[in-house]
Amino acid sequence: MAKQYETVIGLEVHIELATKTKIFCGCSTEFGSAPNTHTCPVCTGMPGSLPVLNKQVVEYAMALGLAANCKITQVCKFDRKNYFYPDNPQNYQISQLYLPIARDGYVEIDTQTGKKKVRIHEMHMEEDAGKLVHDEWDDTSLVDYNRSGVPLVEIVSEPDMRSADEVIAYLEKLRMIAQYLGVSDCKLQEGSMRADVNLSVREAGSETFGTRTEMKNLNSFKAIAHAIEGERQRQIELLEEGKEVIQETRRWDDNKEHSYAMRSKEDAQDYRYFPEPDLVPIVISDEWIEEVKAQQPELRPEKLERYKKEFDIPEYDAELITESKKVADLFEATVELCGKPKKAANWIMGDMFRLMKEKGMEPEDLKFSPEHLAKLIDMTDAGTISAAVARKVFEQIFNDDVDPEKYVEENGLKTVNDEGAIKEAVEKVLADNPQAVADYKGGKQKAFGALMGQSMRALKGKADPAAVTKMIKEMLEQ
Amino acid sequence: MANKISDETIEYVGILAKLELSDTEKEDAKADMEKMLDYIDTLNELDTSGIEPMSHVFPVNNVFREDVVTNGDGREETLANAPQRKEDTFEVPRTIG
Amino acid sequence: MEILELTALELGKKIKAGEITVKGAVQAAIDRAKEAEPVINSYVTLDEAGAFAQAEEVQKKIDAGELTGPLAGVPVAIKDNMCIKGQLTTCSSKILSNFKPTYTAEAVENLKKAGAVIIGKTNMDEFAMGSTTETSYYGPTRNPHNTAHVPGGSSGGSCAAVAAGECFGALGSDTGGSIRQPSSFCGVVGLKPTYGTVSRYGLIAYGSSLDQIGPVAKDVSDCAAFLEAVASHDPKDSTSIDRDDYDFTSALENNAKGLKIGIPKDYMGDGLDPEVRQAVLRAAKVLEENGAVVETFDLGLVKYAIPAYYTIASAEASSNLERFDGVKYGYRTEEYEGLHNMYKKTRSEGFGPEVKRRIMLGSFVLSSGYYDAYYLKALRTKALIKKEFDKAFEYYDIILGPAAPTTAPELGKSLSDPLKMYLGDIYTISVNLAGLPGMTVPVGKDKNGLPIGMQLIGNAFEEKTLIRAAYTYECATGKQYETMADIIKAADGGTKDTGMDAADTAAEKEVPGHGKTV
Repeated sequence: MAKQYETVIGLEVHIELATKTKIFCGCSTEFGSAPNTHTCPVCTGMPGSLPVLNKQVVEYAMALGLAANCKITQVCKFDRKNYFYPDNPQNYQISQLYLPIARDGYVEIDTQTGKKKVRIHEMHMEEDAGKLVHDEWDDTSLVDYNRSGVPLVEIVSEPDMRSADEVIAYLEKLRMIAQYLGVSDCKLQEGSMRADVNLSVREAGSETFGTRTEMKNLNSFKAIAHAIEGERQRQIELLEEGKEVIQETRRWDDNKEHSYAMRSKEDAQDYRYFPEPDLVPIVISDEWIEEVKAQQPELRPEKLERYKKEFDIPEYDAELITESKKVADLFEATVELCGKPKKAANWIMGDMFRLMKEKGMEPEDLKFSPEHLAKLIDMTDAGTISAAVARKVFEQIFNDDVDPEKYVEENGLKTVNDEGAIKEAVEKVLADNPQAVADYKGGKQKAFGALMGQSMRALKGKADPAAVTKMIKEMLEQ
Repeated sequence: MANKISDETIEYVGILAKLELSDTEKEDAKADMEKMLDYIDTLNELDTSGIEPMSHVFPVNNVFREDVVTNGDGREETLANAPQRKEDTFEVPRTIG
Repeated sequence: MEILELTALELGKKIKAGEITVKGAVQAAIDRAKEAEPVINSYVTLDEAGAFAQAEEVQKKIDAGELTGPLAGVPVAIKDNMCIKGQLTTCSSKILSNFKPTYTAEAVENLKKAGAVIIGKTNMDEFAMGSTTETSYYGPTRNPHNTAHVPGGSSGGSCAAVAAGECFGALGSDTGGSIRQPSSFCGVVGLKPTYGTVSRYGLIAYGSSLDQIGPVAKDVSDCAAFLEAVASHDPKDSTSIDRDDYDFTSALENNAKGLKIGIPKDYMGDGLDPEVRQAVLRAAKVLEENGAVVETFDLGLVKYAIPAYYTIASAEASSNLERFDGVKYGYRTEEYEGLHNMYKKTRSEGFGPEVKRRIMLGSFVLSSGYYDAYYLKALRTKALIKKEFDKAFEYYDIILGPAAPTTAPELGKSLSDPLKMYLGDIYTISVNLAGLPGMTVPVGKDKNGLPIGMQLIGNAFEEKTLIRAAYTYECATGKQYETMADIIKAADGGTKDTGMDAADTAAEKEVPGHGKTV
């Protein structure tokens, strides 16, 4: 019988904090600006420049640590991590090694076999590097320091995960926590959440760990899942062939679905960490911790309870809606405007989730405004548009955040309340379908549905179904 | 205790420090470093057990700035000294990827 | 040469009174510099046009009553490791031979606010690594008192410029004695403040936990005035300390009564030149005669300061100097193949031997497997040294000793044996490790006409105590600062040729590849 292997995975997750400014200077952290516009002597490593720590970074990091059940390190310090790379303007990164801000925590994830704790070894604050773009024509690389100095928290887990599903569940959990706290938007595609995967395999039942590799360059959940499967296979094959796994850093190429070693003689991984002399220690009092705790926004469990009570929506709906802070915020804002929680929940649970799934979207990609959804709900309730039209309009809101009032007006989608028009349509349908009319009159209730459907179609769905029903009945009874 | 610095060590430190030394420079560096390390080893005469390493000499803590944008478009100044500029970026020999 | 004989404060007063114009003061300093530079080489950049432009502006402000401070209109020089916006700032290195900062160092800003006119950037040991100003890429600076000798270092350019009358005061920086030792060698007053007193923002770092900017001046009063002008709490420097006693000139008090002064036995022992010993003890005697209590005592761990210092400073330097890589500013090698080759060639061509030596040592002591044994051991030693000083200052107000074991050595005699050169820092280095203020005051000359300095070390934040003692000494003995005319006179009467009046020595002056901009 073939050997059974267990995959052992630990994660290093980088989360970009949603501060307005960088960690050590007053430059904006705005994403997507023209190259090198958000730069100054500090974040470009100009000689003589010095870092000054952004207090908000410490508070965000503390909030994350507390939410992940960590112990806050009450005297914590920064260290320098030395390595040469053009995106790293000082050729050292200011990070934390010896006294990271938080340690010894855990988060709980849902797995197929129930709840599971993934332990967190430590969390530390550090600065992000700039961005490199490769110039194929000149065979050079181009450096943009806009991202240099954007604050990051790196969350290092224990090797507690055993499958790609667990890894994704863990990442989703971290993302939810960060988003609920408002400390990060955690957009994978913009790089504000990134994960390096440490993976080893061992024979099932073994107590000792195998040699692990570290995989970088994973920027989607899909890439992470692929990389885990690919690396697991690669390591098992090596072991089956009696070869050894080498401890190394590998880069995952999601297009080729293959990882390759990043080794080079020039990349001696000896970071020569030492205490950053330009920054003073951070001393965190009990009071400060309490303050951060007190400022902590409502997290998911509390929100869930409140929704069930305050809005009287089913537990299942409340769970799905609160899974993402973004969706929950959208829901609450809509309810605030229209006062109809059940209807808002229905739109979100139904058409919105369906469209997201169809388009492969994450909640962070949602861009429509609650005002427009609220208006849509009001218009439907008022009978201004029919349910069928409303669904069409919702899709427009979802895609392009259109104003439903304007859209309905411009496209002539208002409910037809003109009795004459309804009568005309129904008359024509009855005339065209003598068999159905006869069936109905002969006692076949089912035939009514066909007549109704055709009448509504003839009215392009814009008529109030109740009015149409009434008209058909009246005319059939004549 | 006399320190002995091997060729490999000099090579390795050169990689860390991104310095390329000529053969004579390497020999000099070895001799200099051995001499300095022997000298630094005199610190071993001191009993420092139980002493906290002191990186900051004064007990100053919690120096922060507020999270307020104070810098505008720094592009031109940032790039003013670039040895090789391409449009609004620094151009360097190609890195991996 | 009347103007040149004035101290900064005297000049400031005359400018304020309208007796001398700012332009006139700048003209005098520039003329003097042009005359002296071919031999002394104090400056990497002498900014004549910029100086006159500033002079005009400052004069207007003085006339309008907007600038009333004691240093308004006074021509000064800045060590070339402090950034000035748009002005070449080289750290006396090839790797920064074309670097023009986009911002100005806080200390320089402060000096400008006080109305001082910056006339140039002074020569130094490359990246402040050295004790002679011979490691400069732009050629060595010579000691104005005897041009066959070095001015000391690393702030040799600043100290020589003040000594030779090429400016009325200067800023230096001190990581292990780099203000105090050259001040001693050049017969000027220099002060390294308590760590955190002057902002390091814009000072190109050597050893960040040790670096401090401080003044170099003709006399104690000037020194206090310059310190008062540059010291400030700067939110841009996280290690800057908010003090409430920046009024250093208030300590210019001719009164040493009650001051308890301790002379460490180890500062007066083996290796100390007898002439230096004698001069320092004589100076201590003067303070005693003016009311101070002087004793000798045992300051522990003196000999461990140097190995601890070179470990810490080299480690920090190896990291601080990583940014010089040919990517963002400064020199980039002409030809290279690939990124790492570009890095290596740029740095190997851009840095001189002493800088490379310290980068190699620093990288090694931080490398995997050695960090604990070397770096942490040095930081623990630093803690012990600090404790020794704390103990001493429980009893003494001032620790007194020499600033260096000898007077200035001859040019070309120091660099061949680096370790021996490092040992010359024995009296100054522990002050930086403990973050303390230290001050050098001239107390005489040796038989070769080379100045001798006395070093006063104070407890943290006790600059005023040092200034008071130094001022008392100066009042008792008369100013020790010699004008250039006096220096030449003394040399004529003495045995040594200063070379100052011999134009032919200029031809021998080393002219480096990238010459200076005058």
